[in-house]
Amino acid sequence: MKPFTNFESRIVPLPVNNVDTDQIIPARFLKTTSKQGLDQQLFYDWRYDDKGQPKPDFILNRPEARGAEVLLAGDNFGCGSSREHAPWALTQFGFRAVISTSFADIFRGNALKNSLLPVVVPPDVHEALFATMARTPEARVKIDLAAQTLTLPDGRAVEFPVDSFAKQCLLDGVDELGYILKQRPAIGAFEGKREGSINTLAGS
Amino acid sequence: MSKPKTIVEKIWDAHLVHEQPGAPTLLYIDLHLVHEVTSPQAFQGLRERGLKVRRPDLTVATADHSIPTTDRSLPIVDTIAANQLAQLEKNCRDFGIPCYGIHSTQQGIVHVIGPELGLTQPGMTVVCGDSHTATHGAFGSLAFGIGTSEVEHVLATQCLLQRKSKTFHVRVDGTLKNGVTAKDIILGLIARIGVGGGTGCVLEYGGPAIRALSMEQRMTVCNMSIEGGARAGLVAPDETTFQYIAGRRHAPKGAAWDAALERWRRLPSDEGAVYDKQITIDADRLEPMITYGTNPGMGIPITAAVPDPSSIPDPLERESVAKALRYMGLEGGKPLLGRPVNVVFIGSCTNSRISDLRTAASLLKGRKVNPKVRVMVVPGSQDVKRQAEAEGLPEIFRAAGCEWREPGCSMCIAMNGDQLEPGEYSVSTSNRNFEGRQGKGGRTFLASPLTAAATAVTGVVTDVRTLL
Repeated sequence: MKPFTNFESRIVPLPVNNVDTDQIIPARFLKTTSKQGLDQQLFYDWRYDDKGQPKPDFILNRPEARGAEVLLAGDNFGCGSSREHAPWALTQFGFRAVISTSFADIFRGNALKNSLLPVVVPPDVHEALFATMARTPEARVKIDLAAQTLTLPDGRAVEFPVDSFAKQCLLDGVDELGYILKQRPAIGAFEGKREGSINTLAGS
Repeated sequence: MSKPKTIVEKIWDAHLVHEQPGAPTLLYIDLHLVHEVTSPQAFQGLRERGLKVRRPDLTVATADHSIPTTDRSLPIVDTIAANQLAQLEKNCRDFGIPCYGIHSTQQGIVHVIGPELGLTQPGMTVVCGDSHTATHGAFGSLAFGIGTSEVEHVLATQCLLQRKSKTFHVRVDGTLKNGVTAKDIILGLIARIGVGGGTGCVLEYGGPAIRALSMEQRMTVCNMSIEGGARAGLVAPDETTFQYIAGRRHAPKGAAWDAALERWRRLPSDEGAVYDKQITIDADRLEPMITYGTNPGMGIPITAAVPDPSSIPDPLERESVAKALRYMGLEGGKPLLGRPVNVVFIGSCTNSRISDLRTAASLLKGRKVNPKVRVMVVPGSQDVKRQAEAEGLPEIFRAAGCEWREPGCSMCIAMNGDQLEPGEYSVSTSNRNFEGRQGKGGRTFLASPLTAAATAVTGVVTDVRTLL
């Protein structure tokens, strides 16, 4: 993983609440055994018509979406299935952050493990951002992870929460597994005192 | 005396491996369930790092999501799915994990076979790369869905980094009326709290109406915790739990059983334990529930009218409901009752266990399904299928005009060719009505097996109470 750096970007607004991971990437694309090539399938059924042609009115197909690295979505983004293919598809398309008032638990965890920053903002900021985007589609925001600030198009900086451990992993560009592997002595000690374990290998 | 604890806190404390200031808790995992869709990239990660599976004896795999539910002696037509299934079996061989693959006599939906093999037990931590892992919470275990990165973490270390969730007590008082089921409890709860209502929480279901449920019914309730936004949901274990587990293949035996019972009896939340949130539902007032929209929170009592978007004050919420109704081809203010459907799907990790099939069969016995409706009955596992066959259920289903298929996730997720055509309507006993979930352009009404069976007979959305 590359360290997560500050950036400035235009925004793709998607004013829909409860966007589920089945919309982010439909289940029929999960038969792959690879993490790659998922950007083509991002929001597939909203993005393409029955003949596979881009729907011109869907935001990802519009010229102002090109190159934007921030998605602005409705409440409770990423609900439903635990598929990590959702953040894989979003990051491969080019997104580095998603702004919402709330994120589903599993999606948030998956996003953070893939350098996709979930940015939680209060409802008034959220509403104002959508209004700004409707007026000025080329408006830009700045994201500073170390400072945990989102700088709005009007120059106002709002703070956003992020798990301190996940933040450090993102800034350092390291994944959690390295940290967990270092705890092997503690894991071994714990295993020594476990009682009543199953054995899936017995009689299988 | 020490502070009263909830069952969640007790399980958490008993699995704490390591804590370090600033870092999440390292939590031990007792049972890791693996399936073909969310594991290949995790095994690939292990290979790239040169890691082994730390505890294959706490890991078990099965094939469920992308397998056909047709004759298993035939080759799999979908070569991409076939490759994924072959990859699962290879990964399990390479890493020494037991795998109940496509030709196993124990194959089934991962959340059906864990309990039926006796692998799921009270007090455990259970994870799977699948959001419906909360199903196992029915046994008083802390069970939750994880992403593929976390699948890799657990394979490599048997541990996960976790922050403590909030606790949310869901009390269900009273008694369910005739025609109202466990599925209606959970659909009723989600309609009340919304699809984000349980975010950040573990739900603990309790109260007399939950105590009165069988284990399979409790699994139905816990299964859909994620549809209320909660990663986990559980029911404290009791005699119903112990009776279900006793004698199963991986259940403790002899002295180990006695020791286990002693541990399990200490699990229920202490008197005076404090929850972050609470809600009470009155089972006496519940009606059969059905969803009308494109998320499981968009649910109504079956006799009610679909909400009118113009009556919703919040603009984004109003537009979300309007968008859902456009997708569903429905008008606000009108009831669903009497609306024709094309397909009835009875199956999925929510409602494919033997009692679900018995319930559906009890209504279909001696009746015919409407000839315009395709009715698919998909048992949750080979074990459920054998039991159903021993009881003569397939004959009842076939005589009524239903398809009796091989076990798998099937039309719940529509990865395997079992799917709705664009524009088609289904009543499904599964857990998600998201756009395209059961096939691109398909439209899903979620309901109980009883409502599904009643709808199969009439061909239109039906209040099962009119047929009882």
